[in-house]
Amino acid sequence: MNIVVCIKRVPQTADAQVRVDSSGKDIEKERLTFDLNESDAYALEQAVLFKEQSGGTITAVSVGHPDTEDTLRMVLAKGADTAIRIKAEDFDELDGYKTAQILKTVIEKAEFDMIFTGCMATDDGYYQVGVNLAQLLGIPHATLVSSIEIGDGAARIKRELEGGLLEHDEISLPALFSVQTGINVPRYASLIAIRKAAKKEIAAVGQDDIDKDALVLNTQIEELFVPPVTKRAEIFSGTPEEVSGKLADMLNEKGLI
Amino acid sequence: MDFDLKEHQQMIKETARDFAEKEIRPVAAKADEEAELPEGVLGKLGELGFMGMMLPEEYGGAEFDCVSYAIAVEEISRGDASVGITMSVHNSLVCQPILDYGSDEQKKKYLPDLAQGKTLGAFSLTEPEAGSDAGNVQTTAVLDGDHYVVNGTKIFVTSGGKADIVILFASTDKAAKTKGLSTFIVEKGTEGFKVGKKEDKMGMRGSGTYELVFENCRVPKENLLGGEGDGFRIALKTLDGGRVGVAAQAVGIGQACVEAATRYSKERKQFGKPICAFQAIQWLLADMATEIDAARFLTLKAAFLKDKGLRYSKEAAQAKLFASEAAVRAAINAVQVHGGYGYMKEYEVERHFRDSKLTELYEGTSEVQRMVIAASLLK
Repeated sequence: MNIVVCIKRVPQTADAQVRVDSSGKDIEKERLTFDLNESDAYALEQAVLFKEQSGGTITAVSVGHPDTEDTLRMVLAKGADTAIRIKAEDFDELDGYKTAQILKTVIEKAEFDMIFTGCMATDDGYYQVGVNLAQLLGIPHATLVSSIEIGDGAARIKRELEGGLLEHDEISLPALFSVQTGINVPRYASLIAIRKAAKKEIAAVGQDDIDKDALVLNTQIEELFVPPVTKRAEIFSGTPEEVSGKLADMLNEKGLI
Repeated sequence: MDFDLKEHQQMIKETARDFAEKEIRPVAAKADEEAELPEGVLGKLGELGFMGMMLPEEYGGAEFDCVSYAIAVEEISRGDASVGITMSVHNSLVCQPILDYGSDEQKKKYLPDLAQGKTLGAFSLTEPEAGSDAGNVQTTAVLDGDHYVVNGTKIFVTSGGKADIVILFASTDKAAKTKGLSTFIVEKGTEGFKVGKKEDKMGMRGSGTYELVFENCRVPKENLLGGEGDGFRIALKTLDGGRVGVAAQAVGIGQACVEAATRYSKERKQFGKPICAFQAIQWLLADMATEIDAARFLTLKAAFLKDKGLRYSKEAAQAKLFASEAAVRAAINAVQVHGGYGYMKEYEVERHFRDSKLTELYEGTSEVQRMVIAASLLK
């Protein structure tokens, strides 16, 4: 079972103060830390589980800037066999569709049974790359996948929908799956695996290998902004008893109870 | 001169932090309350390679440098210093002396299981009358045929009650004082080896500290580590490495304090604004962060010298002295920033306050570190 996993290096913004840069179309990245996109970690783990079960190889591919090699190195330590960085610096502005076109040019040259992507990137949240990539490669796909079982030339998958609904589908291989977080428990890289990964080559592909002019950009960001504060929010801290007491006091003060 | 971590060091840092954030920090308060390490945590650390970080691959180790080790101990201790010290003692004070002084048979017998965390090690030097004065060890080992007969009591042994093997220091020639000290590998279950009382400590409570009692304990002759009379040299050299681990542990506690205090100061509002807007709080945060950064650099410098194969006794003592005292100051300030809440067990800085103090005491008190540093200057 040969598997391709698409990954993305994204800024960690949960505990950081996010500021828009001078272009008004991107965020200031200098003070942010970066890591593997959350749902991509689950996609990678799913690939490693299948490899452990039935053999084969895992190729990790990412469209990213040079720092992405750090993330790919960690992906190698967690179970990928080879890694390819497609040089984002060669392709100007990117959106979900353009990224999928770039990925397609590299992945179509590989032999694969399955492609895994995360269901979304936590930075731009387009939910587009997996679907577009499958369409461009002409293979079936499923999104929001929460479990996969492999049968004879086909996969039986479960999709989690809103409202607690579940959907079962059978999809013939080769196919692409965009996986949900929670589908498995991503592993930590062992130190011995880190040692081995440190010695591996990461291939780089750029504009010499991909026809830049054939790529189409569908989305252009007009403006990125931090919404203005309209109402004052107060966050209570303390034990549940203290917090509920403070909340009751405040509601009382404002005459709401 | 380059302050950037190497790629593998950065990966180790990320992995250790990720593991500590998910597996250690969330259960640290429980470990403190119950005075037990989180269940299964050492096994997981062993599977990942953290229990034999500097051992060669041929013994199942990860074969990384001391800088990588210091980085890992800091990150694990940032989650819970009790896990950090258990890992540090196991790596620095147990695996390392067996690697440095063990026979091929001893290395093959003990290191693979230690490296994978299948067995846990303890280091047993301190006695009621021999703490800083390590030469005053009263425990004796007398050769009797194929065995040494050991008698004596050891105290303050980290992991002593759970350990599968103990690195034991006993006198084989009391008249020769320090030159009569010898080192043994004692296996759990050896006849005459008993675990005594478990200490009820102020802090670092997840890490068990025990009394060990040896009553006519018959240790096979082949378990002598190095030669008779090598014990003092083994202890001193091993403790140099141990001090890098304790320094890294103190940096981890200090870093946790800096982060907790900074976070809280942004959340807590008084007089209509977050308390981080007040200069009084800002100065506390600035001092904490500066001292912990300085402590980290001293620690990594000592580890770097060890990796280069250069002398590092003075630098290890300096790192341990400064980092432990900086961690205590950071913990005091972190509690201060939290005000009354910082005195409550609900906030992790309360635990850091208690945990930090031990870093000034074990593996050589601050006073002993100053003696080591001064002795190096006055040579």
